[in-house]
Amino acid sequence: MLDKVTKQKLVVIGNGMAGIRTVEALLERAPDLYDITVFGSEPYGNYNRILLSPVLAGEKTVDDIMLNTVDWYEDNNITLRKGETISMIDRRTCEVVTDAGDRVPYDRLLIATGSNPIMLPLPGKDLQGVIGFRDIYDVDRMIKASTDYRNAVVIGGGLLGLEAANGLMKRGMNVTVVHLLDTLMERQLDPVAGGLLRKSLEERGMVFKMPAQTQAILGEERVTGVRFGDGTELAADLVVMAVGIRPNFELAKKAGLYCERGIVVSDTMQTYDGRIYAVGECVQHRRQTYGLVAPLFDQAKVCANHLAMKGFATYDGSVTSTKLKVTGIDLFSAGDFSPGPDKEEIVLQDANRGVYKRIILKDKKIVGAVLYGDTIDGPWYFQHLRDGTDVSHMRERLVFGAANLGEGGVSGQNSVAAMSDETEICGCNGVCKGAIVKAISEKKLFTLDDVRAHTKASSSCGSCTGLVEQVLAFTLGGDYSAAPKVKPLCKCTDHSHDDVRRVIVEQQLKTIPAVMRFMEWKTLNGCHSCRPALNYYLLATWPGEYRDDQQSRFINERVHANIQKDGTYSVVPRMWGGVTTPSELRAIADVAEKFNIPTVKVTGGQRIDLLGVKKEDLPAVWADLNDAGMVSGHAYAKGLRTVKTCVGSEWCRFGTQDSTGLGVRLEKFMWGSWTPAKVKLGVSGCPRNCAEATCKDVGVVCVDSGYEIHFAGAAGLHIKGTEFLTKVETEDETLEVIVALTQLYREEGWYLERMYKWCDRVGLEQIRKRVVDDVANRKALFARFAYSQQFAQTDPWAERASHGVDRNEFAPLAELELA
Amino acid sequence: MTNWIEIGALDDIPRLGSRVVRTPGGNIAVFRTESDEVFALDDRCPHKGGPLSQGIVHNKRVTCPLHNFVIELASGQAVAPDEGCTHTHPAKVENGVVWLSVRQAAAVS
Repeated sequence: MLDKVTKQKLVVIGNGMAGIRTVEALLERAPDLYDITVFGSEPYGNYNRILLSPVLAGEKTVDDIMLNTVDWYEDNNITLRKGETISMIDRRTCEVVTDAGDRVPYDRLLIATGSNPIMLPLPGKDLQGVIGFRDIYDVDRMIKASTDYRNAVVIGGGLLGLEAANGLMKRGMNVTVVHLLDTLMERQLDPVAGGLLRKSLEERGMVFKMPAQTQAILGEERVTGVRFGDGTELAADLVVMAVGIRPNFELAKKAGLYCERGIVVSDTMQTYDGRIYAVGECVQHRRQTYGLVAPLFDQAKVCANHLAMKGFATYDGSVTSTKLKVTGIDLFSAGDFSPGPDKEEIVLQDANRGVYKRIILKDKKIVGAVLYGDTIDGPWYFQHLRDGTDVSHMRERLVFGAANLGEGGVSGQNSVAAMSDETEICGCNGVCKGAIVKAISEKKLFTLDDVRAHTKASSSCGSCTGLVEQVLAFTLGGDYSAAPKVKPLCKCTDHSHDDVRRVIVEQQLKTIPAVMRFMEWKTLNGCHSCRPALNYYLLATWPGEYRDDQQSRFINERVHANIQKDGTYSVVPRMWGGVTTPSELRAIADVAEKFNIPTVKVTGGQRIDLLGVKKEDLPAVWADLNDAGMVSGHAYAKGLRTVKTCVGSEWCRFGTQDSTGLGVRLEKFMWGSWTPAKVKLGVSGCPRNCAEATCKDVGVVCVDSGYEIHFAGAAGLHIKGTEFLTKVETEDETLEVIVALTQLYREEGWYLERMYKWCDRVGLEQIRKRVVDDVANRKALFARFAYSQQFAQTDPWAERASHGVDRNEFAPLAELELA
Repeated sequence: MTNWIEIGALDDIPRLGSRVVRTPGGNIAVFRTESDEVFALDDRCPHKGGPLSQGIVHNKRVTCPLHNFVIELASGQAVAPDEGCTHTHPAKVENGVVWLSVRQAAAVS
């Protein structure tokens, strides 16, 4: 550990959310690198500024919104100089100067001075009772005024103005909102949604004067009223100016740093002076300034990475979403919804229900969304917006939301606000709404990942992610930090799945340590998330060359059986196309009796599962099954699982083709292959579809004239019918298309990404073009799959039962008899 | 007093892997890190009793195969924000031989 003398000095100007979030992220990455001093002009620790509105409305207290108490600074060896303002940055000597004249040296400087409320230059703006809405001090003054006075005027009908007005109204004041334009929150809302919002606020007693221009604030010592451009006047004892915020960059500008509308920073959050970084509302990045919290968290992460000298991360801007923090009003807006010739709109308007939804599309992608009255799908639209998903295949039902597309999960309940605290949100881990709300408020959580780590909600199957995000938004009352646009593979790296796959090929990386070294993994041996992913990527990229790393396999794939809750395993032999024989059944029965296997169950994939096998018995069980001609069913694998079939033309009076035969043929060709996630096939002999082929990863529906090939279905977490890929005339072509499709998925899918998710991400047309239309490419894909199969099609059970592979795995190291 | 028992060769435990030692008090999982350190823990996750020996080992931690609790090998502590602790046993390597000292409060199976 470096001692104080040799440590570099980091000075942070600004004790707000952006600065401290950066410091927190820096401490995570490099706890001992810097000697840190934080200057903050407010006399508090760091608090959550976005929750000032609920404090004003009396729904929260100041203590509720504290993020870092003074103890936190002490515990982390950070010098907090609160109540001290920096008056100058001396870049020549690398020092900051406090207003008391104290000089403090820095090696790196972080400016996070935030923003100031814009105070209109009106006559009377300096009268008593005229205030902005920015910090705890302002809120205190407003609360005080609400007990002493009656009439408040809020200038500004934007997000902040309406929240201030709502708070003052809750405190018992008569509130008039004055707005220059005729649409409320015109930066977030279109006129229709703005109108709905106005109507519902009026029903609560808020008064609006708009469009109206304020000309003067009246009064001698204290404000008594406001005069407008049309000459009318309105009595007021309190005037809140909430017309906007202005990045606070005076200090930086005086120091000669280049500023426009904010401190101009690069993608690495550096100013024109490389020693000086800036984050938060005071910066201008790629011509954008931000006044919301989510972008500032993204910036903090990038900045911390560089300060920790682990930097290759770059910030490339944020797409933001907004939710009005007025209890009882559901409003969500995200992205760009200004009209344009190249944009299309989908609108749903239901006046009686008070519901309005407008989705703006451009180039088949969502670029903006305004929701009023029913905002449950806000995060879902926002996700697609950030990911740039091609939504053309769900366009018809898009406006009805995730639930209508089978993506709403299985719980069926979708409105978070209406839920009781006991309502279960995460069905996998049994986490109810109350527990999540409690964790968010008590542990000061901001992000989905925080909530996952602390409560386990949404950390298993993920189908409740939308709901958890809603609870976050609902509890934080506003814009929480959404997941970054490009998801890193796991916490051990900032690189995405795509980056990793690309670099493995480009750099010819052939071992897990080589990938980790080259891509500068942050952890020594990765973790349980990235190691299996890397193992798969290497295996899929270098068939026959890469040596499978058993220690990077999840236990099920390492021991070729499925671990159960009591530590025993289940064994599923392959039954090709779901067809078995009396002798196979006899062998299974014998094995079950011989090894006292407690449960024998028929699976959903037309096979038989032997449950409760002790680990040390596995090789012997397999040996007996092998002797009867059976091999591993790979029921545990991210690989080819089952091929479900109906009996088809061989028996069925409706059958049009030999669906069983085709299923067996597909399974015999494809078994043993590893894929990003499990792959299940189905082959139905006629459109009655008894094999339920149209909810499988790949499904074939036979018709009289040939074979319809479908893919990207799901019947688990999500229920989704397949997409039609193409129709062919022969079994040979069917095999070729399905194998080519699977190979493309093997080469491009992200680890654990099911085929339907991959299709969602890449787009159906893209896939069809490369697998169906481009015949040469299809044949090349087919050839690559076939090549890799020669290394994959060895029965892992036989290897272990008869050839001594991994013998150590199944026997104890020692048996001790203790006294 | 520490009572060391020889349990086998280091090479019999895979790097970044684990083997089980059976005792009357329940299984003990013996882990080997990348740098050939060994650690011994009761083979029970403090969460729902999952067999830690079957988990993925990374650095000086293991991830339980049942619900992804991450356990520190040296202390047996679950990595925050998860809570819980697994009983540890002293273990060492000398000349390629692994020694274990079973602490009497050992595993309740």
